[in-house]
Amino acid sequence: MNVLIDKFDVFAGGFWLTLQICVLAAIGALILGAVVAVLRISPVPPLRAVGTGYVNVFRNMPLTVVMFFAAFGLPALGSNADFLRIPGVDALFTRLGTDLPYFRFALIALVLYTAAFVCEALRSGVNAVPAGQAEAARSIGLTFGQNLRYVVLPQSWKASVVPLGSVIIAMIKNSALAGFFGVVGDLSATADQLTGAEGYAFIPVAIGISIGYLIMTVPLGALLDRIEKRQAVAR
Amino acid sequence: MRMKRVAALAAAATLALGMAACGGDSEEGTGAGSKSFAAGSTMEKLNKAQKIKIGTKFDQPGFGQKGLSGKPEGFDVEIAKIIVKELGIPEDKIEFVETPSKVREDVIVNGTVDLVAATYTINDKRKERIAFAGPYYEAGQNILVKKDDTTITGPDSFKDGTKKVCSVTGSTPAENIKQYVKDVGTQLVLFDTYDKCRDALKGGQVNAVTTDNVILLGYIAKDEASFKLAGDNFTKEPYGIGVKKEDTAFRTFINDTLEKAIADGSWKKAWDGTAGKFGAELGSAPTINRY
Repeated sequence: MNVLIDKFDVFAGGFWLTLQICVLAAIGALILGAVVAVLRISPVPPLRAVGTGYVNVFRNMPLTVVMFFAAFGLPALGSNADFLRIPGVDALFTRLGTDLPYFRFALIALVLYTAAFVCEALRSGVNAVPAGQAEAARSIGLTFGQNLRYVVLPQSWKASVVPLGSVIIAMIKNSALAGFFGVVGDLSATADQLTGAEGYAFIPVAIGISIGYLIMTVPLGALLDRIEKRQAVAR
Repeated sequence: MRMKRVAALAAAATLALGMAACGGDSEEGTGAGSKSFAAGSTMEKLNKAQKIKIGTKFDQPGFGQKGLSGKPEGFDVEIAKIIVKELGIPEDKIEFVETPSKVREDVIVNGTVDLVAATYTINDKRKERIAFAGPYYEAGQNILVKKDDTTITGPDSFKDGTKKVCSVTGSTPAENIKQYVKDVGTQLVLFDTYDKCRDALKGGQVNAVTTDNVILLGYIAKDEASFKLAGDNFTKEPYGIGVKKEDTAFRTFINDTLEKAIADGSWKKAWDGTAGKFGAELGSAPTINRY
């Protein structure tokens, strides 16, 4: 188990990089997922079709395949995902701005994939709002946008906290795949590095990276439990 | 078509070799199964069981690659077969187990396999957990670049911090190149296989791929119009056979077998039918290191 102490800096570095991926991917997936959810519940059929199509494609495609498309498909299409080099943000998350695009590719894949699940989590929340609420809102002359903003979304949010949390936790675990698509030094790649190049035994290293992921996921789960209790809809 | 013919020739040669060996055996009266080894040794145990598990790679052209035939082929595989023959076990009783770099020590320590022949560089760190017989080959790390690239001439070309290089996670070449790059985070890309590195080089995300010359020569052989090597080998990578750390008798036996194979030409023959087809230099036989 010495590896956990001797190589603490390696584990910590991997943890930090994975955390960066997860924070950015969570923000991206929540935004994109919300947009897709709005599309899916909108009253305009073509927009609904776009939303449904998006969810059906990305929810049913394995993440490995999505990663493959991002890491090897985008370059083939001539894109290095440079639009993700957002000034200011890349100062904090330095990997966004480096010339190696694989951090950005992994981010794109995670966001696209997770957004489909975020959309469905939000939609399940919307479905939990009694239909009479939306009908009442419409009857007093609120537009679709106002209806969502003032009546439906505030209520649906409470019902989607728990499923959304599960989606984000799943996303954190899914981020382990990034290490196999060119993202150097994230938590999962750390394991390969320590067992492959440095010859450490597998089990202590695996325990080390498991702890890293648990540090990210367990407190998040506990936090969600508290939010749920506080925001619970009394029925 | 040409590859097919070479493969057929190689198959014929192997067959002829096998038959010749059989003939020799019957004359001397030492057919498979009738070899005798010291009681209690690994050799005796394997010979009695009449089967052996060998760890090798399935994705390394010329050394250990599992193609459409479903059987791994390459220099590592041929070397393993020479050892197995010396143990008096028929070739078809070998079970090849895929062992990517990161699990090689573990499968030896856990006894999942009896030996590992998988482009396995002998180094001190690995010797802490397992033991090596050999070396049976000395490769060297080199750099693969696009054919029209003249800016990379060797590992020193990465020192200015602008060129990006790709290798495989946890491999020796990935560790070696780290001392030549200015910033690992921005210059080094790591994948789980070299095939992905080659695609990244072709796509232009990286400027170079680095690993042992023999692997790179395999890629050049398949796509001469796109790639070339940049400069000479800059490391020495002696490939050994991995066995359990405490099993000195087995290690000595493998060392003896390798020395014999080098002396009687079967070592060179194994090379010519595998990695030698890619134009890789065999060089002179390495000296067996009985540490």
